[in-house]
Amino acid sequence: MSLIASNLSIKHERNFHLNDVSFSMSKGEIYTIIGRTLAGKTTLLKTIAGLISPDSGGLTFDGHDFGGIPVWKREIAMVYQQFINYPHLTVYQNVAFPLKQRGIQKTEIHRRVIAALSQVGLEGFGDRKIQALSGGQQQRVALARSLVKEAKIVLLDEPLVNLDYKLREQLREEFRGIFDTKASEDSILIYSSTDPVEAMQLGGQILVMDEGRIIQQASAKEIYENPISTKVSQITNDPAMNLFDGRIEDGCIVLSPEIKFDLPSHFNGLPQGDFTFGLRAAAISLDDNGFPFSVELSEISGSETFLHVRHEGLKIVGLLNLVQNFSVGEKVSVRFDTKHLYAFAPDGRLKSSPYGGLQ
Amino acid sequence: MSLFYSTLKYLAVTLWSMFVIAPFLWALTTSFKDFQSVTSGATYIPWVDFEPTLDGWRSLFKSPAQGGIAIVEPFFNSVIVTAAGSGISIILGTLAAYSLSRFTFRVGPIRNGDITFFFISQRIMPPVVLSIPFFIMLGKLGLLDTLFGLVLVYVVLLMPIAVWIMVDFFNKVPVEIDETALIDGCNPYQAFFKVVLPNSVPGIIVAGMFCMIFGWTDFFFAFILTFTEVQLLPVAIVALNSSITPWWSLSAAALVSVAPLVVVAFVVERYLSKGNLSGALK
Repeated sequence: MSLIASNLSIKHERNFHLNDVSFSMSKGEIYTIIGRTLAGKTTLLKTIAGLISPDSGGLTFDGHDFGGIPVWKREIAMVYQQFINYPHLTVYQNVAFPLKQRGIQKTEIHRRVIAALSQVGLEGFGDRKIQALSGGQQQRVALARSLVKEAKIVLLDEPLVNLDYKLREQLREEFRGIFDTKASEDSILIYSSTDPVEAMQLGGQILVMDEGRIIQQASAKEIYENPISTKVSQITNDPAMNLFDGRIEDGCIVLSPEIKFDLPSHFNGLPQGDFTFGLRAAAISLDDNGFPFSVELSEISGSETFLHVRHEGLKIVGLLNLVQNFSVGEKVSVRFDTKHLYAFAPDGRLKSSPYGGLQ
Repeated sequence: MSLFYSTLKYLAVTLWSMFVIAPFLWALTTSFKDFQSVTSGATYIPWVDFEPTLDGWRSLFKSPAQGGIAIVEPFFNSVIVTAAGSGISIILGTLAAYSLSRFTFRVGPIRNGDITFFFISQRIMPPVVLSIPFFIMLGKLGLLDTLFGLVLVYVVLLMPIAVWIMVDFFNKVPVEIDETALIDGCNPYQAFFKVVLPNSVPGIIVAGMFCMIFGWTDFFFAFILTFTEVQLLPVAIVALNSSITPWWSLSAAALVSVAPLVVVAFVVERYLSKGNLSGALK
């Protein structure tokens, strides 16, 4: 069972919402579409659902053309980022709604609704009105409604984005559990997100979208290790990967007259010349033997500190363990862990990664 | 200081309430008076200030020949015209508003907003401008001085209100609700009737209330487009004013003309208090 998109394009006035999108997805897999706002994620999901018709290109499912099948006849479930439920119905009625539409017997509906509610942790909530639930609970109802259908394609459009941090963490873990068990066995699960952490945690296959295009499709591990361009490196890392222009010269990497360091071994095959180098925030640390930078901003995030530092035109962000206090303008000595350095061509294509990608 | 403002606030509200309620109280007490009680100065408390009588209320059901004012027929005429006019306007207006809210129409330079404005523009023109074409059209169709003719005119007058309110309401209902219904197996008609419409009841009630208020209180078109066969309540009551009518009968008639709107307001208020109006859709 597979869902294949061929050259899907949707253009509105002068802008492409989808631009020549092609992919192949198979059952039992979780696919995460990651991209910034307006990258085309929701448009792609709605196109798969049949809510939007592509201007060109097509979709096939199990070898059959998907384009001619109206939305209500496609075996699809979708959870939106807004908590979309039917406010005039109770929780039970909400979850039972798609089954009733299919004309399934009452006893079977009851069995499946109870099972779905239990799966999302809403046992005993059946009689409640939707308005009486919290945001997290409302989203669980929407998820239960999508699971109860046992749809062949389950679309989740940033389902956690409107929840508070704690709840998002909790539901993300629960979602992962639910997806891993029942749903993903028989379904293709497509999850869209702007959050790299979320995408990496869900694992599975990742499709990176930018300006209506899929710019990389690979496993989460592959995307992490070998982002094929600076754009992918920016979209799939939080904080975004530090990028800085420099040169390879006489066995050294030169970022500025004061900042130069030895070429790491994985760059040995690279020719001399201009490159854009990339380094994740976690590969930046403070070291007495490092390069001189001054602090621009220090942000505490949980038990870590994001340190924004600058050396002339070179601005980087480091992720330091534990909560550390810095004052703006403070001089710090910064070390680059060059083992984790990426090299991109000036046009943004990956040239070398610490994990052996390309040369 | 806050006590001073609080007292001032309650005083202002009390004075305003008295100002609003006083005419009703006056009409209510007068409707239970006879000639002597009405002419013997200001009296307000039954059995204390004056001996109440039902003569005023009885006169509503008697013909002029029997000394009554016969407003039962105009009352039911008004009920029929208002209910039918409002009902048809709400049904058509809701459907029109839904399509204007959800689908894109392009006819030459005309877009959805222009069509909505076209509906609303019917209410921009002064009634007197509309009355002449209405009069001529109903005359040609043989519908002058008929209930059906009035219903048609009221639909034209009331539907813009329904469209206006409902377009705004539907625009606030997330389109994702409709989409979810489609994904859950509804065809577009089922999505509208099973999901969108039940969630639009608050908007329909508000639109319905406005339509009923405008329809029930209209005097101008009811006066212009009817002669002898059909008379609506506002025209009948004004006609009473121009003849020698006892004040107690006139007061009872005035209260009867207000009663349906008060009943509707109470029913709607009870419905709204169940929490079905606000917060239905997050």
